[in-house]
Amino acid sequence: MSGVRVLVGTRKGAFVLTADAKRNHWDISGPHFAGWELYHVKGSPADPNRLYASQSSGWFGQIIQRSDDGGKSWHQPGTPPGEPTTTPEGMPKAESNKFVYDTSPETGKPLTTHQWYDGTAHPWEFKRVWHLEPSLTDRDTVYAGVEDAALFRSTDGGQTWQELPGLRGHGTGPLWQPGAGGMCLHTIILDPSDPGRIFIAISAAGAFRTDDGGQSWRPINRGLHSLYIPDPTAEIGHCVHHIAMHPARPGVLFMQKHWDVMRSDDAGDSWREISGNLPTDFGFVIDVHAHEPETIYVVPIKSDSEHYVADGKLRVYRSRTGGNEWEALTKGLPQSDCYLNVLRDAMAVDSLDPCGVYFGTSGGQVYASADAGDSWAPIVRDLPPVMSVEVQVLP
Amino acid sequence: MIRVALPYHLRTLAKVDDEVQLEVQGQVTLGSVLDAVEARYPMLRGTIRDHVTGQRRPFLRFFACGEDLSHEAPDAPLPEAIATGAEPLLVIGAIAGG
Repeated sequence: MSGVRVLVGTRKGAFVLTADAKRNHWDISGPHFAGWELYHVKGSPADPNRLYASQSSGWFGQIIQRSDDGGKSWHQPGTPPGEPTTTPEGMPKAESNKFVYDTSPETGKPLTTHQWYDGTAHPWEFKRVWHLEPSLTDRDTVYAGVEDAALFRSTDGGQTWQELPGLRGHGTGPLWQPGAGGMCLHTIILDPSDPGRIFIAISAAGAFRTDDGGQSWRPINRGLHSLYIPDPTAEIGHCVHHIAMHPARPGVLFMQKHWDVMRSDDAGDSWREISGNLPTDFGFVIDVHAHEPETIYVVPIKSDSEHYVADGKLRVYRSRTGGNEWEALTKGLPQSDCYLNVLRDAMAVDSLDPCGVYFGTSGGQVYASADAGDSWAPIVRDLPPVMSVEVQVLP
Repeated sequence: MIRVALPYHLRTLAKVDDEVQLEVQGQVTLGSVLDAVEARYPMLRGTIRDHVTGQRRPFLRFFACGEDLSHEAPDAPLPEAIATGAEPLLVIGAIAGG
């Protein structure tokens, strides 16, 4: 019988939640990597038992963890103990937690600085991995979105990482600025119909697309309007919080921007607002129903000055019309005295029928709906603050 | 035999319960001791000092024999008590966080 596995990253470790296809009785395992920040945990579509996790700490930096058995055991996919840490030529080996920006003369020359909060030039400094996106077809290939914003790729199961420098080097990189959470590349979407096409998003630079597998990139922010930058319709500088795509319609993108929920029907070439009747269009998460490409979900947050839900009510909003017309989903969710946030990578959908929807909160709850959002129940209530939620359907 | 006391999270990563004990070839310095730690426990590379610059990570300090050795040069000899194993080199994480 099929089942689901929910991968939860929190401020103090990772948790793996499993259930059968009915999705009403859950087993909880964890914390894995107790005490560390787990920005993201995600499984390979090519091999569901291959999981990647981003483990980090202000003290000890970035660690990449890998599981080959669905999260039962983990290891750092770098040099095993006992093996030389230098190459036969005497050079230090690359390691699974070694993210080094490309500064080669061909690509690195214009990449030396970005803008700091005060507008001055600031060198790129690697801080952490926000998002891991495994390849759709190869379990050993995985992309990493990092802070300070750049895109890295591993083709050896996370043992070594190489930057795709065309993103930072396409021209606007020296003008990118961090948001308050850091200058992070937090969204990576691989187009299932075109192996060369990748979408990424950066706070607070905007959305970008490559059509040649990551060699060349261009901003795709036309139609975005942001009042916190000098030119509200500038080519870059928009604080895109998250983007979602339905795999059957890869040209249609849905975006939760800092403020505004947006939609593109031309792979990001242009965007239009679809906030409609939402009580507030500030928020972080956005996701698409697994079987209905026009059904989308957001969790409106009161404002960028008050990072919690409006009116003390935790409400998921669903549009069945691709935006503009939204309904509040409240059954099973707290409707008084609730002041939670839901972060950008903390919502996921499963591909069972009916579609399951999951999200995690800053209060440590992970909620699940086994009926496409009509009703909700907590899987677990008291985890550390949730940073990311992903779900896998298991055979 | 050199003794090195690691903070909790690095002991977990290295899968050790207690102080680690290492042979160090040549002069006993911060650099040679950390080289030996990373050779034995490659999963700790990058967690104590930066992969590229070799600089100590900002929230870590090195103490030994009642002294703060954090700002010693990587090739400066460590105290005799460290070299003989009478005292451990302590890798200390900043006391902070929530």
